[in-house]
Amino acid sequence: MKKKLQVEAIAHGTVIDHVPAGQGIKILKFFQLSAAQERITVGLNLPSGEQQQKDLIKVENTVFDENQANQLALFAPNATINVIEDFEVVRKFHVSTPEQVKGVFACPNSNCISHNEPIDSNFYVRHQQQDIKLKCHYCEKSFDRSLFSELD
Amino acid sequence: MNNPLYQKHIISIPDLSRQELELIVDTAQSIKQQPRPELLKNKVVASCFFEASTRTRLSFETAVQRLGGSVIGFADGGNTSLGKKGETLVDSVKVISSYSDAFFMRHPQEGAARLASEFSSVPVVNGGDGSNQHPTQTLLDLFTIYETQGSLEGLKVAFVGDLKYGRTVHSLTQALSLFGCEFYFIAPKALAMPDYIIEELNEREITYSLHDSIEEVVNELDILYMTRVQKERFDETEYQHMKSSFILRANMLEQVKDNLKILHPLPRVDEITTDVDTTPYAYYFEQAENGVYARQALLALIMTNEFGAQ
Repeated sequence: MKKKLQVEAIAHGTVIDHVPAGQGIKILKFFQLSAAQERITVGLNLPSGEQQQKDLIKVENTVFDENQANQLALFAPNATINVIEDFEVVRKFHVSTPEQVKGVFACPNSNCISHNEPIDSNFYVRHQQQDIKLKCHYCEKSFDRSLFSELD
Repeated sequence: MNNPLYQKHIISIPDLSRQELELIVDTAQSIKQQPRPELLKNKVVASCFFEASTRTRLSFETAVQRLGGSVIGFADGGNTSLGKKGETLVDSVKVISSYSDAFFMRHPQEGAARLASEFSSVPVVNGGDGSNQHPTQTLLDLFTIYETQGSLEGLKVAFVGDLKYGRTVHSLTQALSLFGCEFYFIAPKALAMPDYIIEELNEREITYSLHDSIEEVVNELDILYMTRVQKERFDETEYQHMKSSFILRANMLEQVKDNLKILHPLPRVDEITTDVDTTPYAYYFEQAENGVYARQALLALIMTNEFGAQ
């Protein structure tokens, strides 16, 4: 039986697949994907063999760079990124969690010096069992992912 | 060959290796036995206290002067033009480091010393950054433990009191875990050792145990490290009920090991009764004195090649 696509195919751009259900909207918001005026199609709670349900995002005329792909791993550690040209997948790769994240998240510790000075925030990413923790380079405190408003 | 600490910033205990900690302890002992009044002659050290801390500041400034160096600086950042004109710490550090050969700083915000080290052209020593690190307290604690036990290896060390907020006990635990020490944590549940320290100990497979009172373990110990249980963290009834478990009295020391030494970062309030002071186990005032030698050692190492190159 021919498989029917649930989200329309795109000519050029990026398809982010295997996003945990519920994370798709957060990813749109975090990466400000809608701000670029490109056509975006989003599938929420799609059936998935591996995850039961997944989200999927297709962004036309946009290719994620390595830094964005690594940041994506903080939301969706098992996501795959498909780069599309002429309706064909020309490159497919899994995201990998970055060792360090600079200038992206504000430190949840309100007394951390990084809030008051002209510097980028800086976190070391540490895997702990199934989850990750982010340790602030400056205040040395470790935080669960749930404590970052940007990831919420 | 340079000593490994020459021109290095001293920000956080986990940045230091076991060998570097041993070098500092050995150097502190050497300076205590043989004062070196010329070592920092013609050197200027800035003492930058963005918040007041009288003991730490006096200890640092004494250390510089005993090594023959000069001190510039301020005792309370709020009363300086730095605080009043709203200059960033980054800009302050760039200027201060151009005036001095090294500087030590205390700041109310966590991470301030790390940030300073990234913009300073001379070594920065963290004299306490908010609730984060106070590495020189740990260095003086290590020196004192070494001085009283003849080794840092495999000791049985108990920490008592506020283990949740006490950065002193966090750093000392991290440092002593490099030497295979065994830990006993004695604290009210509300003030227990934070999870991240416990996780680090688990990862390193360090032996530790949790206890409700000093009496449970005091006879097994080499070091009993007392800290203050802050009354304001509990309501009055709860505090009265709980505090007796965390107060050390002389009559609790009748069967302890001969080599036991009792330490406390000071100031003490009522967690060690004064009858303990005259026992052979009390060592907290010597510990405070050792702060000057430990800080002398640190400044000597980061500002000269004299010791580590031997």
